[in-house]
Amino acid sequence: MRLEEARRLAGEVPDPELPVVTIADLGILRDVRERPGGGFEVTITPTYSGCPAMDAIRDDIRRVLPGATVTTVLSPPWSSDWITEEGRRKLREHGISPPGAAVSLTLSARCPRCGSLRTRLVSRYGSTACKALFACADCLEPFDHVKEI
Amino acid sequence: MIDPLAVGDDCLVLSQQLSGWITRAPTLEEEVALANLALDLLGQARMLLSRVGDEDELAYLRDPPQFRNCLLVEQPNGDFAATVLRHLLYTSFLYELYAANPDDEVAAKGVKEIAYHRDYAGLWTVRLGRGTEESHRRSAGALGALWPYTAELFVTEPGLLAPWRAHVGRVLAEAGLDPGEMPPADGTPGRDGRHTPHLTEILAEMQSLHREHPGVRW
Repeated sequence: MRLEEARRLAGEVPDPELPVVTIADLGILRDVRERPGGGFEVTITPTYSGCPAMDAIRDDIRRVLPGATVTTVLSPPWSSDWITEEGRRKLREHGISPPGAAVSLTLSARCPRCGSLRTRLVSRYGSTACKALFACADCLEPFDHVKEI
Repeated sequence: MIDPLAVGDDCLVLSQQLSGWITRAPTLEEEVALANLALDLLGQARMLLSRVGDEDELAYLRDPPQFRNCLLVEQPNGDFAATVLRHLLYTSFLYELYAANPDDEVAAKGVKEIAYHRDYAGLWTVRLGRGTEESHRRSAGALGALWPYTAELFVTEPGLLAPWRAHVGRVLAEAGLDPGEMPPADGTPGRDGRHTPHLTEILAEMQSLHREHPGVRW
C-alpha cells in the first residue's frame, strides 16, 4: 500500500461520537508516515483529555490499516480551530453548529436549522465534552454546538 | 513543576466525587455538565498518574494514607451549592497551576478545559449567591465549611495564591459572598496522606469492584 492510500484510509475513519465527520475533518488525525521497517505509523491527538472515543478510534484505524502503530500525542493541544471547512459544513448539514474562532468563549451560536442568531445557551456541556447545548429562539429547535477551545 | 501524584490524585478524587451526581443532579442539563467535568478530570488524572506508575494499580490498589490529594477535593458533595463552591475553589487553583506550567503537556491541554470548569463554577456561584434567600444561605454555609481547606493548596505553591485570590475574590464579591480571612495553613495534611474519613468512603466505593474481582475488565 502506498503512503497516499494509507493517509486517505486513516483520514476516512469516522469519529465514533460524531460519525458525520471523519477524524481528519476534526483535526484528530495528525500524521501518517511509513515506518522504516515497513507498515505505517499513525499519530492522533484527543480533542479533550478525557475523550472516551480514543480507544475506539485506535481500533478503527488498525482495522483499515492492519498492523499500523497508533501513537497518541498531546502537544500541541487540540483546538477547535483545527476542524476543517469541510468538517464545519458537514456538522452544519447534520444539525450541529460548528465552533467559531477559539479566541474567546463565544456565547452566541448560529442555529444550524434556520440560521438565526437569536439563540440561547442552555448548558455549557452537551451530549459530549466537546459540545454545548443551545436552543433557537426563532424556530425553537434545540441543537448542539461544538465549543471553541 | 507539577507533582503528578498530588495533582493526579486531586483530579481522580474530584472526578469520582462529581460522578456521584449522575442520576441525582437538580436538572438533566446539570447532570450532563457534571458528568463532562468528571470526564475531563479523569482524563487528566490518567495521564498524570501514568507518569508515576500503572494507572489502574495506583487508582484501585492504594489505601487512603497513600493518596496525595488535598483535603479540599475529598470534602462531601453535599448539596449542589457545596459541589459548585468546591469546584470554584479547586479549579481556580488548578487553572493557575496549569497556566504556570505551559511546558507540561497535560497542563497545556488541561488549562483550556479547566478554563471552562472555572467559568461554569463561577456562573453558578453568582447565580446561587444572588438567587433566593435559601440558595444564598446554602452557598454561604458551603463556603464557610470549605474555605479553611484552601490554605493547604498554597503551602507548596505560594506563588499562585495572589492570582487565585484575585479571581476567586471577584466571583465571590459578585455573588455577594464573603469568605473572610484565610486561616493559616496547618501544613499539608492531604499531601502527606493524613486524610479525613471522607476519603475512605470515596475509595471504598471506587475500588470495591476491582478489589473483589482483581483485573476485571468491561
